[in-house]
Amino acid sequence: MPMQHVDGKNEGKIVLYALSTCGWCRKTRMLLEDLNLEYDYIYVDLLEGDEKNEIIEQVKKWNSQLSFPTIVINDEKTIVGFDEEGIKGLPG
Amino acid sequence: MNKLPISDFVVSDGEVNQYYIKLKKQVESSGYHLNPDVEFTKSLLKSIILNDKRYGYESCPCRLAGNDKAEDLDIICPCYYRDPDLDDYGTCYCGLYISSEIFNGKKKLKPIPERRPSPEDREKLKMESTTGILSSSSIPVWRCKVCGYLCARDEPPEICPICTAEKERFEQFN
Ligand code: SF4
Repeated sequence: MPMQHVDGKNEGKIVLYALSTCGWCRKTRMLLEDLNLEYDYIYVDLLEGDEKNEIIEQVKKWNSQLSFPTIVINDEKTIVGFDEEGIKGLPG
Repeated sequence: MNKLPISDFVVSDGEVNQYYIKLKKQVESSGYHLNPDVEFTKSLLKSIILNDKRYGYESCPCRLAGNDKAEDLDIICPCYYRDPDLDDYGTCYCGLYISSEIFNGKKKLKPIPERRPSPEDREKLKMESTTGILSSSSIPVWRCKVCGYLCARDEPPEICPICTAEKERFEQFN
């Protein structure tokens, strides 16, 4: 799976589903990086074919509206949208 | 099918600047405002141009395009959700269009919830709309008391796109 890894402090498993074209997704990445958190991200709009469908199904499991950014924390919690407070309060 | 892989399309700064100048003029003359954070706004416009190259329509930068214009008519920019979101939150979903209040710095721009129905709900709505006709009485019609402009939508526009009269100067017509 073409997840991109960003190094930083490990505060649990953080997976960001994003669009490469979206302003709020960009702000989300900038904030994660300002907070120096370790995370993985994937730009769903850059995928094609089966790979894309597979990731879409994954996102829908966490966020049925299929909106971006969607952050999944430790495979159990979701933050939908650029929720500054939520992201700043990430585990740790 | 796209000939290029989706990630290979590019947009030059020149294209973005030209688009920005044209859109800004058009938007301001019809009573809307673009986000004054020019860098943020230009990055959204760049994405809109990019989406047009990718899919053949100017799909919303903050939503996943389905690469099917008929399915995405609601999210071609400006989307069907812009004006209701401007009414309720003072910004469109992407933060490209904002209300006067936010434009004048009286309110801060914040991200807002997604109004577009989920893929499942869109399927359901499609089925409903093939069985019933849009009930005209469910949508109010507004009349600009200055120039007579009529529009059918939940609320009048912030500014009349024809004569620039303010929202308060509309009356309900139906
Ligand atoms: S949310 Fe804003 S940028 Fe996105 S399509 Fe609607 S009007 Fe355009």
